Order: sequence, then structure tokens, then C-alpha cells
Amino acid sequence: MPIAMPNLTPVMPELVMTCAAIIMLMAELVIKRKETLGFLSIVSAALISYLLLGSAGTTFGGMFVSDGYSSFFKLIFMANLVLTVLISPQYLHTMRINFGEYYALILFATLGMMLMASAADIIVLYLGLELMALSTYVLAGFIRYDMKSNEAAMKYLLLGAFASAILLYGTSLIYGLTGTTNLKDIAEYITNNGLAENPLLMVSMIFFAVAFSFKIAAAPFHMWAPDAYEGAPTPITAFMSVGPKAAGFAVLGRVFLVAFGSVRADWSLVLVPIAILTMAVGNILALSQTNIKRMLAYSSIAHAGYMLLGIIAGTPAGISSVLNYMFIYAFMNIGAFAIVIMLRTEGFAGEEIGDYAGLAKTHPAAAALMLVFMFSLTGIPPMAGFMGKFYLFMAAVNAGYTWLVIIAVLFSAISAYFYLRIVMLMYMKEPAGATLLNTSPGIGLALAITVSAVIFIGILPAKILGLAQIAVSSF
Amino acid sequence: MGQTMNNTLGFPILSMLIFLPLVGSAVILLMKRENEKAVKMVSLLVSIATFALSLLLFSNFDKSTHLMQFVERQEWIPSLNINYYLGLDGISVLFVLLATLVTILCVLISWESIKTKTKEFFISLLVMEGAMIGVFCSLDFMLFYIFWEAMLIPMYLLIGVWGGPNRVYAAVKFFLYTLVGSVLMLVGIIVLYFFAGRTFDILELMTKTYPYNMQLVLFWAFFAAFAVKVPMFPVHTWLPDAHTEAPTAGSVILAAVLIKMGAYGFLRFSMPLLPDASRAMTPVMLTLSVIAIIYGGIICLAQTDLKRLIAYSSVSHMGFVTLGIFALNTQGVEGGILQMLNHGVVTGALFLSVGIIYDRTHTRVIADYGGVASVMPLYASLFMVLTFASIGLPATNGFIGEFLILLGGFAANQWAGVLAASGIIIGAAYMLWLYQRVFFMATNPKVAGLQDVNMREVITLLPMIVLIFWIGIYPNVFLSFMHPSVQHLLERVNGRGATAVAENVMMQILK
Repeated sequence: MPIAMPNLTPVMPELVMTCAAIIMLMAELVIKRKETLGFLSIVSAALISYLLLGSAGTTFGGMFVSDGYSSFFKLIFMANLVLTVLISPQYLHTMRINFGEYYALILFATLGMMLMASAADIIVLYLGLELMALSTYVLAGFIRYDMKSNEAAMKYLLLGAFASAILLYGTSLIYGLTGTTNLKDIAEYITNNGLAENPLLMVSMIFFAVAFSFKIAAAPFHMWAPDAYEGAPTPITAFMSVGPKAAGFAVLGRVFLVAFGSVRADWSLVLVPIAILTMAVGNILALSQTNIKRMLAYSSIAHAGYMLLGIIAGTPAGISSVLNYMFIYAFMNIGAFAIVIMLRTEGFAGEEIGDYAGLAKTHPAAAALMLVFMFSLTGIPPMAGFMGKFYLFMAAVNAGYTWLVIIAVLFSAISAYFYLRIVMLMYMKEPAGATLLNTSPGIGLALAITVSAVIFIGILPAKILGLAQIAVSSF
Repeated sequence: MGQTMNNTLGFPILSMLIFLPLVGSAVILLMKRENEKAVKMVSLLVSIATFALSLLLFSNFDKSTHLMQFVERQEWIPSLNINYYLGLDGISVLFVLLATLVTILCVLISWESIKTKTKEFFISLLVMEGAMIGVFCSLDFMLFYIFWEAMLIPMYLLIGVWGGPNRVYAAVKFFLYTLVGSVLMLVGIIVLYFFAGRTFDILELMTKTYPYNMQLVLFWAFFAAFAVKVPMFPVHTWLPDAHTEAPTAGSVILAAVLIKMGAYGFLRFSMPLLPDASRAMTPVMLTLSVIAIIYGGIICLAQTDLKRLIAYSSVSHMGFVTLGIFALNTQGVEGGILQMLNHGVVTGALFLSVGIIYDRTHTRVIADYGGVASVMPLYASLFMVLTFASIGLPATNGFIGEFLILLGGFAANQWAGVLAASGIIIGAAYMLWLYQRVFFMATNPKVAGLQDVNMREVITLLPMIVLIFWIGIYPNVFLSFMHPSVQHLLERVNGRGATAVAENVMMQILK
């Protein structure tokens, strides 16, 4: 039987990314200025974004699919990649960890995410997930001489390995039940053979929910997040708080809506308590943090809780509101981390929340930007964060989860307290001493991009929402 | 739709009113922070220009109709049917004027008293103005909500950055109270949107009828947002802190415009959208109003802090406003709206005056004053006018408003009217006693040798004094704006003539 060459158009962005990552790894040997590698990463991200436009299709025997949904997520990954690369160089210099592998690893991690977004088969999903996770473990421990960074990597690795094992266990159960790992075939088998009542299906769904909850840092599987976020190099914290979370949501949405679409009532039963717990843990524990990276870690847990509402709603509106939120979240969160990075100078961590006291006096522009990001994370209009939450809540109310939305808005009101604390310290307290800012053109550009996105999407949100709505129409 | 009139001015006046201050704040953002003088001049010019523009509303408003005027409509988020939709009727038009006038006075009063982060202060002030105007002009519920929430940011900063010693606590309390109320309203808005067939258009929402139980739930969801803002008893506790700690301009904006938005919310949303629930809840609302009037007044008697006393008097006065509004008759509602303006003018002016003397003495403790009349005679006489207006002496605006409210309140429920009237007596007691302690008696050494009010300060107070007498002597100029709109509103609320039931319940509660 002759084996036909698979159609490579849908997978072209991933191929380019693979080549770019490998070239980067080798070029690192000869290139002295590591920033060049960063520049090359941005160029490849731009090229890939362009390739995404014409990549629609299914290939490798239905294992890999490129549709609006995956492309939207890949766009988020590209934004995440570019912004991370922009905010990295000066931090790497300050920490004396300016090694070229850094960029290659980021590219490999992003490649993993892209595979996850496009996975139409659990095997591809697992492949992408491991590629992403392994690269991120290394990145989290990139400050080799720092105990905290080592701890971050170790914790992330151990708990991540658990999650992978649980995912594989769930996969084996589902394979045992249906005899396939293809998401569409699983769905068909479930409806055709009346598997909906089978308790084993429920068990495997729980395993999937748990494994993905690890990746999106949803409670009670969030334990790794605060330590990993705190210890990892700050640009990587920013990268981790957006990329793997978005990828986690991409697979969560696809697996649960495609493969388990017919038993939605069952899995929303699993996800509702996870969502409530996640919002509670994220928002309440963030209140008592003194380290800004830990606070932003809990904040990112809380945001995963909000986004779960869209998945629970399970409607096209719900899924598109998750996409929309993830897009907005990428900009406001990386923007906030960019400010955190700027405070890091030689011999001064600048990671304590108290270090923000009086920033409005010493550095008014940085303080004003942080103010925008904090209000956006709280969800106060006219910042984009509000629009994101608004769509999520609309979708959930329309799907009949009004009570869940009431819980969510009350938690988001609680969140105002810890975001406002940063604003309060910056604007209403006197500076303890002369804070230095570690600026660079890259970080300036990243801040310009993120702040314009946050304000622009906040005022004119129709465009992005429209894209997100088109993206889910392929489901 | 037949509920709006085309804008006859030929240019989008409402958008210009909203965006002129915002553009002004953007200009200030680009200016050098050392150049404080220029920053102040730009803010003053922008606020005057905005006020001048808003006077066009006053002269071009068609008083013969309840229809929305100066209407603008643009698609904003088409997929969700959210529109950029602006318009004014007789209920909202006067508040736009109040907001633009008050902003000028706030710029003037802050001229010398704001010494740190001047640039940020005036940016916040102008952003605040734009958002306030936006709240009163919005005819799309989402647009309204966005302006409503956006106001929190500049107000939080105004209180927290330039306020008194306990400012951080006051600012956070203000923010959290209003945010919790608002987010509950947001859920209510979304529920309403889906029930009404995916629209946020306020005028369209008003044409629908909603099941009674849903109305009740929504009424309380909206109540959470509006009652906190008014503030009604028992969610008033943020107000004394916020008022007291805010800088003068912040207190003035809070008193004159911000807390009016709660009452405006009841008039614009709760009553016309949820008429049955509004009627059914009248007893509760009247009871809460009466408690606010009397409780707020009695608390005033115990205050030792000038600003705190005026803050609590706001609780009492706003009790009158909600009493009038929920009397659900013409006198009550018109009195309520007029009293909202009056309170804005009088209490705004009182905070301005306190700011004037605070700039000199840097104390708000009443016991630190005494005999100010002999040191600052002109100031004393200006303050006298404000005191009388606050008490509601005839020939001042307070009299007209409170009289109409009592008339309406008495018609709605005799007991509510009687009890509310006692609030006026308490009001006279605390204001006159305050005046006595501050201006008469032996001259306190702390106030000896103070400069009397200067030209800038007189100019700041003068418009308010003029308004006090204007409304007090010839209120019809202002009342005539609202007649058709109030009539239309009441027809909608009382459409099914069930007020009698509500009154019976109230009687039973009071027995």
C-alpha cells in the first residue's frame, strides 16, 4: 500500500516553528549577541502569524486540525512569544543568565502549545503538552544559581509529571471504552453505543478535568503555581501565566466540547465546583500576599476560574468569550509583569509589594501604566479586562448559570482589594528611597503594545470579539 | 421608535460634552509636570468651554415634550446589539448643567490647595467630568454602566491621593462599596438583556413588561447599586468617610453630582423598567428614607468635625430625595429632582466654603473655630446664606424642594410626611448650632488674623448663591424642564393604579 504524502499546508506554521527553534539552537553557538536570537524569534512569530491565514485544513489522518479555533489560540501564543521576548533581554543581563538556549526553549514551548491547540487526537495533544511542559520546566529553573528558581522547576516538574500521568490514565480508559483516541470518533462512539451512562466515562472525564486543571492552574490543582511563578525568571513567569494557560484552555475546550459534547451535563457537574473553588482560592489567597509575583500567581489562578465559566456555559458564545478573555488577559498580564521586571535592578529584587510605595512620585509613567493594568485586571471599564469579563458573564447567564455569575462578580469585587493595593501604594504612599528603573527599548515597546491593546480593546471591543466568534464557528 | 427627537443643533453636542474634558485631560497628560500654571489654565479653560457648551442645552431644550432630545446613535458592538446611544430628557438635562458648572468651581477651589501631583489631579478631575456627563446622557444600559464604573477610577484617586489623613481607608471603602453594588446591577442588566430579546436600549426596554417576580429580583439588584450611591440607610457608611477625607474638590463632586446618580438611577431605570416592583416596594423605600432623614439628622448633632457634619447632613437630605421619588406622585418626584439639584448646589457650596477656611487653618474640628464672623465678615455672610438654604428657609431653593417633597410624601403616606417634616426641625438645629459654634462666640486664637475671602473664592461661591435664590424665588424655570418627563414617568409607573395597596402595607408597618 503506497503511503501518500500528507498535506502539509495545515501544519506549515508548526513546521516553520520547528525549523526556527532548531536553527536557533545551532545559531546560538556562533552568535555572540543573544538579542539577535530574540529578534529572530519575533521575525519567525510574524512569519507564522502570516502562515496561519492560509492554513485551514485537516491532515495526518485527522490527527491534526487547523481551524479558526486553533488559529485564534496560535495568535495568542505568538503575542505571548513576542511580548516575552521583548521583556526578556535586560532581565537576563541583570540576572547574568543571558544564554542563547533561552530563546530556543521558548520557541519549543510555543511549538508545544501550537500542537495542543491543533490536536484532534489525544496522542497529538499529549505530544504537544509534553513538549510545552518540558521546555517550560527548564525555563523555570533557568537561574541555575538561585535556590528558588531550582525549587520552582522541581515543583513544576513533579506536579506536571503527575498531571501527565493522570492524563495518560484518562486516555487509556477512554481508549479502552471506545477503541480510539480521535476526538471526533470518541464522540461518535459515545452517542452510537449509548456510553453516556457508563460510569467509566465519567471517571475518565474526571481524569481529563484534573489533568487540564493542573495546566490552567485551577484549584485544587494550583499548588505548583505560586512557587513556580515566584521562583522562575520573571519574563518566564509572564510567559507561563499566559501560554500554558491558554493552551490548557484550548485543549479543555476541544476535548470536552468535541469528544464529550454529548454528555455536557455530566462534565459541567465536575467543572462547576472547580470553577467556584478556583475563584475563591485565587482571590482570597491573593489578598494576603506580600510578593508581587505570588500575588499575580494567585490572580492568574482567579482568572482561570472566571474563564471556566465560559467552558461551563458550553455554548459558542461561551467558548468565544473564553477566547476573547484569553486574548485580553495576555496583554494585561504581561503588561503588569513588564513593570515588575522594570523594578528589578542589580542587587534589588523589587518583588515585594511594598517596593511599589511612591512609584507615582519617582516614576510617574511606570506607575500610570501599572494603574491601567491593575484596573484592567480588576475589570473596571473602560479597560479591556472589563469587556472580557462582561462577555464571559453574558454567556454564562444566557446558558442559565446566573447564580454562578453572581458568585463570580462578588469574587471579582474582592479582587479589587489586592489590585487596588498596588495602586494605593504607588499613588498614596511616600517612596522609601530612590527606586531605580531598569528600562530598555524592548520593554518600552512591550509596554506600548500592551497598554494600547488594553485601552483600545476596552473602548472598541467589537473587532476582537468578532474574530473570537468566527473562530468558534468551525466547531 | 417615536420616543426620540432628532438633534436640531446640527452637531453632536452630547459627544462633544463628554469628550471635551477627556481631550483636555489627554492634553494635560502630554504637558510638562513642572508647568503647573499651564496645567491649571488648561483645566480651567476646558471646564469653562464645557460649561459654555452645556448652556446650549439649556437654551435649546424643548420643554414641551418628554421625548429624548439631542439624540445620537452609533453602532458600537453590533454582535451584541450594544450602541453608543445618547440623549437627554427633562430629568437628566439639568444634571449635565450641574456637572459642568461644578467642575469649574472645583478647578477654581483647587487652584492653590492642591500642591502635590498637580498634573494627575487635574487629569482625574476632567476624566471625572467626562464620565459624569456620560452617565446622565447614556440611553444604552451598557454604555451607562461603563461610564458609571469608569467614574470609580478618578474618584478613587481623588480621595486617596489628595485627601486627608485617613484617606486611604476612605478611598478603599468607597471603591469596594460602590463596586459590590455595581457588579450586582451588572448581573441584573444582563438578565434584563436576555429577557427583553437582546437589547440594552433603555427606551426599548421600557416598552416591555416583565414578570412580577423577575421585577422584584431586578429591583433589589439595581437597589444594590443605586442605594449605595445615594446613599440610603443602611448602606450609607462609606459616605461620611469619603466626604470627610476627600479634598475639597472631591467632596464637592461627591456631594453635588456623584450621589445624585443613585437617585437618578432609580428614576431612569428602577421605576420605569420595573413599575410593579417599584410600587410594591414603596413602603420599604419610604421607611428607609424616613430613617435616613431622622437618623442622619440626629447623627449630625453629635459631630465634632465640620466636613463629617455636612456629610451626614447629606444622608438626611438624600433621604428627602428618595422620599419624594418614591412618593410616586408629581409633587414628590418633581420635588425630589429639584431637591437633588438643590442639594448639589447647597452642599457643594458648603464643602467649597469649608475648603476655603480649611486652606487657612488646616483643621476641620469645630471646636477649633469660634468668632470667625468678626475675622471674616464677608465669608460669614456667604456661609449664612448657605446655612439658610440648607435648612430650607423660604426664598431659598431648599424650601421649594422640601416643601414639594413633603407635599408629595404626605399624599403618598401621611406618616411618612409627618416624620419627614421633623427632619427639617432637626436640620435647623444642627445647622444653626454649627453656625453659632463656628462664627459667633469668643474668637478662638486659632482663627485670629485670618484673611477674608479673596476674589477667586468669591467667584467660586457666587454662582451657587445666585442659584440658591434663583431656584428659591422662581423655581418654575427649572421645574418647567421636568414636567412632561415626570408626567410620562409616572404614567408608566402608576399605569395600573395600584398605589393604594402599597399605602395600606405602609400603614400597617408604621402601626
